[in-house]
Amino acid sequence: MVQTNEMQIEFDARSCNEGFVRVSVAAFCTQLNPTLEEVADIKTAVSEAITNAMIHGYGGEVHKIWVKCRIQGKEFCIDVIDHGVGIADIEKAMEPMFTTRPELERSGMGFAFMEAFMDELWVESTVGEGTTVHMKKRIRR
Amino acid sequence: MDQRFQIGDAVLTVSLPAELDHPNAEEISQEIDQILQGQYIRGIVFDFAQTTFMDSSGIGMIMGRYKALGMRADSIRAIRVSSRIERILKLSGIHKVMKICSRKDQEDGKGEDYGADK
Repeated sequence: MVQTNEMQIEFDARSCNEGFVRVSVAAFCTQLNPTLEEVADIKTAVSEAITNAMIHGYGGEVHKIWVKCRIQGKEFCIDVIDHGVGIADIEKAMEPMFTTRPELERSGMGFAFMEAFMDELWVESTVGEGTTVHMKKRIRR
Repeated sequence: MDQRFQIGDAVLTVSLPAELDHPNAEEISQEIDQILQGQYIRGIVFDFAQTTFMDSSGIGMIMGRYKALGMRADSIRAIRVSSRIERILKLSGIHKVMKICSRKDQEDGKGEDYGADK
């Protein structure tokens, strides 16, 4: 049987929490003995997902965000969950350089970075209910 | 103005923090814009010597300043860039408008021409 280990963080959608959340996720992941590059990939991907939840999901309002991590064998799974506005067109939202908030000078690269740095990425969203970003990375060694 | 910013010959050099994430990128954008409003700046050099983490917020910050400078050729540069940060900059496509000098280039003496000499 594949051994699993889970942890979850619930935190307020305040930008000052971004640093501690991505560091906590990275620390939890170290039991898989990842390379520095793999840890950096995970930190960047988590950072993108929680920034999206804050800016787009909640539009800057302070509500809860959940980050759930699961280790399953050599796989590291992360879910980033918000109960915000949801995404009407997920495919469009995932296009590089697309942003619904040009005035905030977001680069539109958030999902592209998550895709580049993780092995799997899929998004579930319901307008008015919220968004869950699922990511998975296989730790190679 | 704190140690983060240096101006010489109308070129602004910005020493970026260790973690260039969403809150830090927002703060630096505001600070740079304030400087741009106060005086003529023809170029910005982003110094990544201290930077170990960056996400797409950093890309947004750089793109926004490039626009603020009128999107002129050679108006922005990145120096002392680690291989990790270089990978992110190239993934974003921003290297098409911004010259990147890696830490290694600099050690080899290839990054010497950046800054105020144009």
